[in-house]
Amino acid sequence: MKFALGRRMLLTMAAPVTAILFALVTSSIVLLASGSNPVAAFGDMVGHASKLETMVDIFNRATPLFIAGIAAAIGFRMNLFNIGVEGQYLLAGLVAAHVGSLFLLPPVIHFMFIMIVAMTVGGAYAGFAGVLKVTRGVNEVISTIMLNAIAISGLVAYLIRVWQAGDAIQGGVGRVGTTPIPESGLLPNLNGLLEIVTREVRQGKELTGMLIVAILVGVGYQVLVNRTRFGFDLRASGINPFAAQVGGVAPKRMVVIAMILSGAVAGLVGLPEVNSLGFFAANPIQGLGFTGIAVALLGRNHTAGIFVSALIFAFLDISSGVLQFTGAASREIVVIMQGVIILAAVVAYEVARRAREREEARAAAAALVEAPA
Amino acid sequence: MAPAIELRGITKRFPGVVANERVDLTVDEGEIHAICGENGAGKSTLMKILYGMQSADEGTMKIFGDEVHFTSPTDAIALGIGMVHQHFMLADQLTVLENVILGAEPTKSLGRIDFDKAHEHLKHVGDAYGLDVHPGDLVEDLEVGERQRVEIIKVLYRGAKVLILDEPTAVLVPQEVEELFRNIRELKAAGSTILFIDHKLDEVLEIADTITVLRQGRTVATVKPNKVSARDLAELMVGSELPTPATTESTVTDEVALDVVAVSVVDDERVVVEDVSFQVHKGEVVGIAGVEGNGQSELVDAIIGTRAVSAGKIVLLGVDVAPTSVRDRRERGLAYIPQDRHREGLLLPAPLWENAALGHQTRPPYSKGFWIDREGARKQTELIRKEFDVRTPGVDVPAHALSGGNQQKLIVGREMTSNPAVLVAEHPTRGIDVGAQAAVWEDIKAARAAGLATLLVSADLEELIGLSDTIVVMLRGRVTATVDPATVTPRDLGAYMTGAAEAGAA
Repeated sequence: MKFALGRRMLLTMAAPVTAILFALVTSSIVLLASGSNPVAAFGDMVGHASKLETMVDIFNRATPLFIAGIAAAIGFRMNLFNIGVEGQYLLAGLVAAHVGSLFLLPPVIHFMFIMIVAMTVGGAYAGFAGVLKVTRGVNEVISTIMLNAIAISGLVAYLIRVWQAGDAIQGGVGRVGTTPIPESGLLPNLNGLLEIVTREVRQGKELTGMLIVAILVGVGYQVLVNRTRFGFDLRASGINPFAAQVGGVAPKRMVVIAMILSGAVAGLVGLPEVNSLGFFAANPIQGLGFTGIAVALLGRNHTAGIFVSALIFAFLDISSGVLQFTGAASREIVVIMQGVIILAAVVAYEVARRAREREEARAAAAALVEAPA
Repeated sequence: MAPAIELRGITKRFPGVVANERVDLTVDEGEIHAICGENGAGKSTLMKILYGMQSADEGTMKIFGDEVHFTSPTDAIALGIGMVHQHFMLADQLTVLENVILGAEPTKSLGRIDFDKAHEHLKHVGDAYGLDVHPGDLVEDLEVGERQRVEIIKVLYRGAKVLILDEPTAVLVPQEVEELFRNIRELKAAGSTILFIDHKLDEVLEIADTITVLRQGRTVATVKPNKVSARDLAELMVGSELPTPATTESTVTDEVALDVVAVSVVDDERVVVEDVSFQVHKGEVVGIAGVEGNGQSELVDAIIGTRAVSAGKIVLLGVDVAPTSVRDRRERGLAYIPQDRHREGLLLPAPLWENAALGHQTRPPYSKGFWIDREGARKQTELIRKEFDVRTPGVDVPAHALSGGNQQKLIVGREMTSNPAVLVAEHPTRGIDVGAQAAVWEDIKAARAAGLATLLVSADLEELIGLSDTIVVMLRGRVTATVDPATVTPRDLGAYMTGAAEAGAA
């Protein structure tokens, strides 16, 4: 049995590793074709990423990507495609930052309050799509895409003007946004913790405290999905909705709950930025929700997988910044890599799944021949 | 003339298992050739090799005299071999016509699908073989029997000269079987070659020109039907006498466990179940007979709770559960063996212990309050494995790795061990081998003796007559007769089911 488990692990790992290698080869070809030296380009990226300050940046980017990946994974686990993580986190971040600036509460409670507001807004907004699906039969892909448009170019664009603080705040030009949240509503950075194991973090970089929240969310997700009755119902509905229904799972209720839960987690995606700035920026980081979907795909909806894949995507995003300075290649090469990784991963996972199913069927048959009942 | 199919010395090994060992098979053009054998005898593997889904390790294969090496079903289809699978390969969301042309669409200019031409061709095929289908119906709305017809037409539409039918009669009642056989004879008259797999020996003897029996991966015999009896065939297949479903003495009590009171079900403004009433007592098996599509499956859905009733009451142990959820009914002691174990019974990629928990995940030993009890669930599954003889290397094996019979035994086991008061069993032995079938019958008999109230829906009339204490016949959504299984014959029952027994009806 141990041996079989090892093989399974190997098969599971082989797929994403193959996908990443394939992406490396493809992007090298693209780099060569466009007259750049791939070795120099990747060398620059890795060299840059090995600096402590860049690593802090990578973790700061991986944190929201990880949370967005978990949000998407909750939907995926029951075959719901929540494309709306993008709109949900921007709207939730904005509302939470604004509401959080209106009160003064004791430290921990104030931050918790902001989190709860963000989760409520994200959950409610995603819940719309769930309700539309079960009452009107609207496919959640369509409705969440439309809700994204309404949230991003509609609600957020409007509310940011309404709630915008009088003048340029804090860092001066370009740092406009909502009224700053009092100190009690913000998490401290983790530089102190980090510096226990490393040297001092320079250049004013701060490791986001939201990393702790993200880890809690990841562990919570894993426990909820694998250890609880709710998680069982969720997975059963995802694997076979008909069998789940016969098994006592109310399908419509599950759709709504799963969407709300996915949206609630999505609501947290914008908080690392809010937390580091102290307010919701007029031009916030966008695209985290969409990348989160890719992160969940590469990570196989599994906490550890999502964590690693969030780090990979964050590494590509952040370390490619150095290419602008070294001129070894265009930084857009990482967009190609991200795309190829996803395409290759989808194919590789399917191949691995089929191989595993065959193997399992043979193993079961073989075990029975050896020990007839 | 060269035979249509000639297989010589076909051997197929899987690690640890020899599925086919030096199998020989000769099928003459224009004949109806039956392949008999228990599940696991290697029939499916042989058919998969013939259809190009798997390749043989050894042996030669000749089609119409030419040696061939198929690498995919496309190769087989190109040579005029078509297969109707036991588990249908249809897209639920598409119409009958769209399913038939899927992958072989006639096109107009610019690659547009020529639906008119497709429609005409379909009608032509349907008329030629007397197969009646409505091209515009959605497949998801069709009953199992109708789906099978679509599958057959799909194959004919592609111009198949050799048809492989994988247990085509498993889903049909006698009258429908006769119709299928008439169709098969027409196909034969038109020059087609039919290869069909079947468990039911009387049917095999009736339709086949030649019978090949497989046992444990080998060809045991090739015989002519006029030279052998059903008993001879059975012995060839299993080496022993076939088990029977018949129960012994009555264990019926006067305590009503399930009381169905004037239930009607409306589907899409069409009344599919109309004013149906009957009672199932503790220790009683009530059978429901009916040609597929006469409201039985909707009635079962209504009892289980996956479909709302439009009128009437469903009283489970004294409580009207018609307004409650599936979960509530299950927690009150309702157990269910669904008709399609892959569609409604199992989570195929999930381990066996999770499959055992399905439907019972809210109660011990599968859960403790909010949490799933993994240890308890594994132990319980281990128990099911032992008591119900589920042959598996372990309870962490995914369900798709088991054979059909063992999957079914797992489902029966999980439902029986949940301490149920009422069991609804829908075609509980469909598509499983003789050994597993006998085991399921024994389980139902034992539960009946222990006071379980069972509602049995089955297309296998022998099973229905053998197991039931009372048989209710459904026709066009209504109960048209209640018969005593002790006195009724399958033929009489078939007449009730089609309405032929009512003077002048149908």
